[in-house]
Amino acid sequence: MTAALSSSAAGLAGWTQRWLKDLPEPAGELAPVQERGRRALTELTPPSSRQEDWRFTDLALLQQLPTASVGTAETATASSAVGEYAPLAPTPGVLRLHLDGRRDPLAGLSLPAGLTALSPLDTAQALGHTLAATGCEHHWPVELNHAAAERVLALRVASRSAVRLELVSRGPAAFRVLLVLEEKADLELSQLLQADGSGLTSLVLEAHLGRSARLRHGLVAHGHADAALLAHLAIEQEPESDCQLTAVTAGWGLARLEPRLLQVDGQACSTLRGLQLVQGRQIADTHSHIRFNGPEGRLDQLHKAVAAGQGRSVFNGAVRVPREAQRTNAAQLSRSLLLSDRARIDTKPELEIVADDVKCAHGATVSSLQTDELFYLQSRGIGAEQAAQLLQRAFCEEVLRELPEAARAWCPLDALQLGAEAAA
Amino acid sequence: MIRSDAPVLLEIRDLQARVEDKAILKGVNLTVRAGEIHAVMGRNGSGKSTLSKVLAGHPAYTVTGGSVTYRGENLLDMEPERRARIGVFLGFQYPVEIPGVSNLEFLRVATNARRAEQGDEELDTFAFEDLVRERLQVVQMDPAFLDRSVNEGFSGGEKKRNEILQMALLEPLVAILDETDSGLDIDALRIVAGGVNQLASPDNATLLITHYQRLLDAITPDYVHVMAAGRILRTGGKELALELEQRGYDWVDEELAALEAAAGRQPAEVA
Repeated sequence: MTAALSSSAAGLAGWTQRWLKDLPEPAGELAPVQERGRRALTELTPPSSRQEDWRFTDLALLQQLPTASVGTAETATASSAVGEYAPLAPTPGVLRLHLDGRRDPLAGLSLPAGLTALSPLDTAQALGHTLAATGCEHHWPVELNHAAAERVLALRVASRSAVRLELVSRGPAAFRVLLVLEEKADLELSQLLQADGSGLTSLVLEAHLGRSARLRHGLVAHGHADAALLAHLAIEQEPESDCQLTAVTAGWGLARLEPRLLQVDGQACSTLRGLQLVQGRQIADTHSHIRFNGPEGRLDQLHKAVAAGQGRSVFNGAVRVPREAQRTNAAQLSRSLLLSDRARIDTKPELEIVADDVKCAHGATVSSLQTDELFYLQSRGIGAEQAAQLLQRAFCEEVLRELPEAARAWCPLDALQLGAEAAA
Repeated sequence: MIRSDAPVLLEIRDLQARVEDKAILKGVNLTVRAGEIHAVMGRNGSGKSTLSKVLAGHPAYTVTGGSVTYRGENLLDMEPERRARIGVFLGFQYPVEIPGVSNLEFLRVATNARRAEQGDEELDTFAFEDLVRERLQVVQMDPAFLDRSVNEGFSGGEKKRNEILQMALLEPLVAILDETDSGLDIDALRIVAGGVNQLASPDNATLLITHYQRLLDAITPDYVHVMAAGRILRTGGKELALELEQRGYDWVDEELAALEAAAGRQPAEVA
């Protein structure tokens, strides 16, 4: 943890090669993917601040991580153990699966009606399709996941079925998830990623939503100051489908989240909600990418950030509206709360609109806690610190309330409270 | 109700204050005893609202001179929350909207902060709901407003009712109501004024800050003070408000000019 460790691509390249060497031999169902990923990583230039997509995101933390940490899930314990943020019992009516990156999360479980594991053949056919369609199959964090992930949780939700699922994981590991929602299928997915110490957590999730399917995904990621999270959420939407992604990250030394949505033929509905909290020297970065490949698509996106201490928050919201995407209706809003003079927020909408008959609104605000709101609360006897906490919680609430019930329970008040101490 | 032997709740002496570099209060003197209702009137910019904010401890205002004593204690030394807990209440001219903070939760936290100061036990969610439902009647407010965010999307009248509801819950000893009548239609004015009248008692005092006589038709003041250029220019009974209503504020300007002329070359700022 010294300043001598540079954040240059050369340093990260060295780390990557060491990390590759420490990986176990390719094995299991994903062996071919692992081999491809490892090959790719030896050739890819690792991200650095010289690349526009990584300009504001210092990856120095990655080079400080032990190279044997990803893919080995050393802290993941028996499947009965759950993170401190997840209650012992799952929400009633919800199936909980424990991912540790190694064991089969479905072993010994009977799946609810409408939910089946994809066959190896179907998995092989579908895996990577959405990554390619959303243009991220060769992204460095994705190749990193390819290289390390030992198994994939591949599930199909049958047509007209409604399923509620929890995915709970703890500790550094590479997780791969593939979801196929058939026509009119409905999936509510609450996902908890937790890190309790140093390590890299990698997530690549692909979902294909058939016509009129509905996915409500709530991702809650509680990190650690010495832990890094690299996550890609790639979604393909057929017409009339409805996708709502809500992601909350807090506490990671480095968190990079890339939701990538493609409306393959337009006419679908996408709702994105994001909340990231940083304090100390933490970095949180969301790069979202939404593309409409047909007319009459809708997007409603709200991204929020709270930055305290010397924390750094980055948001880049790309929206692509090509000529064929007439009558697209997209709205994107970025709102950031700056709690310290030394924190930093970079936020940028990136709209590329070729179609001429569209509504695309975007906006960004960065502010500190409002003096008038604080004074109003204080003038009713509420102490300054409690007033600040109430306002901060209120700021987050707009995103938190969109989480599915189970994921909502994983966001306790204190975990999202950046106190005066942290802000100092 | 004027009783010369009633205890003094608030004693303002030669109070001077500024916002940024602009002097606003230039020597305010006012004594408020238990049981009294005072009205402070004056033109826009005369310093009425500044007086109310300085008393509540708004951080944008700096006190540059004078003193304010509340029940024998130096009020100006206290944080805003401390002032509220010991019984000073400011009803805002523009109540602040706070999206995401539930009105019910806000009212409960505020009420418990005041109760703790008085040595009363904290009210849990259920006990508080009982209390708040009873106090809602003071301002005839729909309980649905409890489930919403603080003041968010409330009409002007609803916001002012919410202010008086807070006053009913906090039971202050000195309530300062800043332009509580502004933006209210006749019915809302009647309800809000009715609430203030219900809450007035021989043990507490009310300071009404207002432009217009019409609030004073509904709430009868014991004293009327006319503010101009950061000072109380004249004090009288309720008839002074009627006189203002009939004659307007022009005579106040004349009186102020005469006063400043009498003070010779000395500018009002130093007065």
